[in-house]
Amino acid sequence: MIFSPMINSNKNSIALQTILYKEIMRFFRIWTQTLLPPAITMTLYFIIFGKLIGKQLPSIEGFSYIQYIVPGLVMMSIMTNAYSNTSSSFFGAKFSKSIEEMLVSSMSNYIILCGYMFSGALRGLLVGIIVMLVALLFTHLYIHNAAIVISMAILVSMLFSLGGFINGIFAKRFDDVAFVPTFILTPLTYLGGVFYSIKQLPPFWKKISLINPLLNMIDTFRYGILGISDVNVYDAFLLTIFLFIGLFMWCLFLLKKGVGLRS
Amino acid sequence: MLALTVKNLTKIYPNKLTALKGIHFSIAQGDFFGLLGPNGAGKSTTIGILSSLVKKTSGTVRVFEYDIDTDFEAAKACIGIVPQEINFNPFEKIMDILVNQAGYYGISRKIAIPRAELYLKEMGLWESREKRVSQLSGGMKRRLMIARALVNEPKLLILDEPTAGVDVELRHSLWKFLTDLNKQSTTIILTTHYLEEAEKLCKNVAIIDQGKIIKNASTNSLINDMAIHTVILKLATPIHSLMKLGNYFCRLLDNLTIEVELLKNQSLNGLFDELSKQHIQINSIHNKTNRLEELFIRLISENKASSL
Repeated sequence: MIFSPMINSNKNSIALQTILYKEIMRFFRIWTQTLLPPAITMTLYFIIFGKLIGKQLPSIEGFSYIQYIVPGLVMMSIMTNAYSNTSSSFFGAKFSKSIEEMLVSSMSNYIILCGYMFSGALRGLLVGIIVMLVALLFTHLYIHNAAIVISMAILVSMLFSLGGFINGIFAKRFDDVAFVPTFILTPLTYLGGVFYSIKQLPPFWKKISLINPLLNMIDTFRYGILGISDVNVYDAFLLTIFLFIGLFMWCLFLLKKGVGLRS
Repeated sequence: MLALTVKNLTKIYPNKLTALKGIHFSIAQGDFFGLLGPNGAGKSTTIGILSSLVKKTSGTVRVFEYDIDTDFEAAKACIGIVPQEINFNPFEKIMDILVNQAGYYGISRKIAIPRAELYLKEMGLWESREKRVSQLSGGMKRRLMIARALVNEPKLLILDEPTAGVDVELRHSLWKFLTDLNKQSTTIILTTHYLEEAEKLCKNVAIIDQGKIIKNASTNSLINDMAIHTVILKLATPIHSLMKLGNYFCRLLDNLTIEVELLKNQSLNGLFDELSKQHIQINSIHNKTNRLEELFIRLISENKASSL
């Protein structure tokens, strides 16, 4: 009787709120490490690439260079911050063994996963908003399609948060937490059309670039803001949703198996 | 009602180490149960399986009739765990740790905050509630682990060596707290290396060695069944030689100390009669070692010899 579905759903909701509250407080407490650095880095990007170098570059499909790179830089910030929030927080909990507080409780695995996923996504989105506000100090922007902007930003933030969760599960040392962002995510992001249009590439490299899922996400977000894109927006959404479902199921499987968590 | 039923529990680690070899035991509701054994016997693996931090290889575990495989949420809601190793986020505040732990069990902040206050006061940590874990002493961290395990008000509290490294005063206050908690119907499972602690607190004990339960009985019956126990007599006046004390096997350790082995059918009264006959005055008497400790050492030695 005690574990009727309604009571269970209320308990799960409280458990989820608890993780969210704890994680949000964590990244606000260390805001000089979590929120301030991306704002400073992106300000430098806008000054150097947007104002100093960008002034000398021709417009791309009717937009100034700084306007062109803003959506990519916003998306890059969302991706890296959502990823690093979850990977570092989850690995930190594993390292201090405080993750056991959650594992021994009556909370379901999917609540643990959703708690970390939503909190990582929130940090990613918050940093995305900060970067967007910084961008507005340097240029003006009009939103072409708000629904695409919002839905892609939310989807990507959750997707990368799940990626960080998997990294946190497999990581055995702090070095392992930095490996994927440094050697995989950063190259894929920089080659994912943040600073250029793939139309400028030779046909072979253009085809190779299209395999990069990050290009699809960044360009779809750019379409939502500027109304221009190098990729098919609907295909990009499908790909992102497919990846999201795949990673979510993988995370649940890893939690159920107790990989890296239970001996 | 049974608080815990363990059947045929086996654990083989990936490195092929068999930590548990099909153990069976059950614990009645309201019991204070000691799980004793030498290092590497399988105590922590058993506790790990109960807390779900270790995956069992086979067997069944039921907590208040809830199977930990099929009804794991209900089973885990009944349990509070005090692990052997400190497992806090060192940057978290004490109050937050308790309120968050309650939250993981689905307990709202409205209920959790007064409950956290109650247990922090019980554990003498209320004044330190705004401190971070990294600012606490070892003993305070131990007490905090107990408070954290109680915040979901578990029906079954599992303590894995809770008094390891704790000073005598604190150990005694924890014993009193746990005894009171048990009287209020909380079932307690205790693993400890201090057999004095087990003898003092536990109503029933199981002795585990090499992954098998080699003895499972009430503490009193175990002690009563002991074939021999040794007492030390401190004399009021020195003696230089010792005559035979009836049927009692005894030896003079020094001119103020006699060691006597009491068989199961021999009483202390008889011994005192024999001492009186020889006009030997006794100042004090005590067991050579803790009685459960004597039994424990004998059982472990026998088990080792039989497994060779």
